[in-house]
Amino acid sequence: MNISLTINGEKITRDIATNLLLADFLRDNLRLTGTHVGCDTTQCGCCIIHLNNKAVKSCTMLAVQADGAQITTIEGLAGANGALHPVQEAFREHHGLQCGFCTPGMVMMGADIVRRLPGADEATIRHQLEGNICRCTGYQGIVEAIMDASSQAKGI
Amino acid sequence: MQPFNYHRPTELADVVKILANSEDPKLLAGGMTLLPTLKQRLAAPSDLIDLSRIPNLQGICEDKNEIIIGAMTCHADVAASDMVRAFCPALADLAGQIGDPAVRHRGTIGGSVANADPAADYPAAVLGLNATIETNQRRIKNDDFFTGLFETALEPGEIITALRFPRPKRAQYQKFRHPASGYAVVGVMVAQFDAKARMAITGAGPNAFRPHAFEEALTGSFTAKAIEGLTLDPDELLSDMHASAAYRAHVALVLAKRAIGLIS
Repeated sequence: MNISLTINGEKITRDIATNLLLADFLRDNLRLTGTHVGCDTTQCGCCIIHLNNKAVKSCTMLAVQADGAQITTIEGLAGANGALHPVQEAFREHHGLQCGFCTPGMVMMGADIVRRLPGADEATIRHQLEGNICRCTGYQGIVEAIMDASSQAKGI
Repeated sequence: MQPFNYHRPTELADVVKILANSEDPKLLAGGMTLLPTLKQRLAAPSDLIDLSRIPNLQGICEDKNEIIIGAMTCHADVAASDMVRAFCPALADLAGQIGDPAVRHRGTIGGSVANADPAADYPAAVLGLNATIETNQRRIKNDDFFTGLFETALEPGEIITALRFPRPKRAQYQKFRHPASGYAVVGVMVAQFDAKARMAITGAGPNAFRPHAFEEALTGSFTAKAIEGLTLDPDELLSDMHASAAYRAHVALVLAKRAIGLIS
């Protein structure tokens, strides 16, 4: 089936199998390998991307369902001039990662949280991160990074 | 995942036609249960019919003393809706406790209700808040809808189009969530309407249900004290690796009292 969609600002048309997952389409067909597949069961959040400006798990969506959509992956989050997104900058500042496997999903979820809930407190952010799993950090740096970016978004 | 034919009709009438002409079709709403099921090859439908482009299935509106939620409205939209929050905060709270934020951006109220997972949250709202299930063919009373484990009164070719909730005087949902999956080990909705009280329990039985003895006691007095001493029969509840039936019976009582305590 033919699909046309916009990924990181670029219009893309491809003929794909109907049972291809969006995560596999991004990784295998487009070689956008920043989107990771951790659990493949909708639990870990490593595959989170933005679909029409909302965080979704790309391992639990068919690529054909994204026909016509606007998608941003971790590769497209930074500005065109390479300037880091505030959430990426905050992850660097607060060392919100160790091995880095969960990081693309954490950053994409973090950006979604900051957009929806500017100024969110720690409890809210921890609750919002329940669909993202990190096996290294104990979440401390991740939560601090998102809190920082969130308070900046609110101008606190 | 096994191959299938993918359809994305833009008219409800076409959905009905494709359903009738396909060998083993499945409706695709948000896909938060269906896609994992296909990935595990627990199902291999011949045809998937994506409902996302059917007009009028999404959105929330108020009509007289009812709130009407389109079947394809996602959980995040229900949770964030000022209209729902003003009408019945417990319903918005319940929607905001389903899964995680990314799941709530995709999963839909119609999909959840049609799937009738014994541990899903919405069935407690449908029964506890006395909702009506609107389909392309008729309106179904909530008490007639959930008929068993993943079983509903929906006929082949019948598609949920909206859920209609009457306005309660007050209501509260309390849930003991499974820490990994977010599903309700037990969830309890209590609601007070003008004439009587309602209570619904999800997660504990093969399908969500109303414990009528509790409702009678709460109709007499909408207090935690009124249900003191009442019990659920564990023989009618589920046991699994997460919780025994006796444990679920106990947790349901605790949650019911907690919910009532929060609003009375």
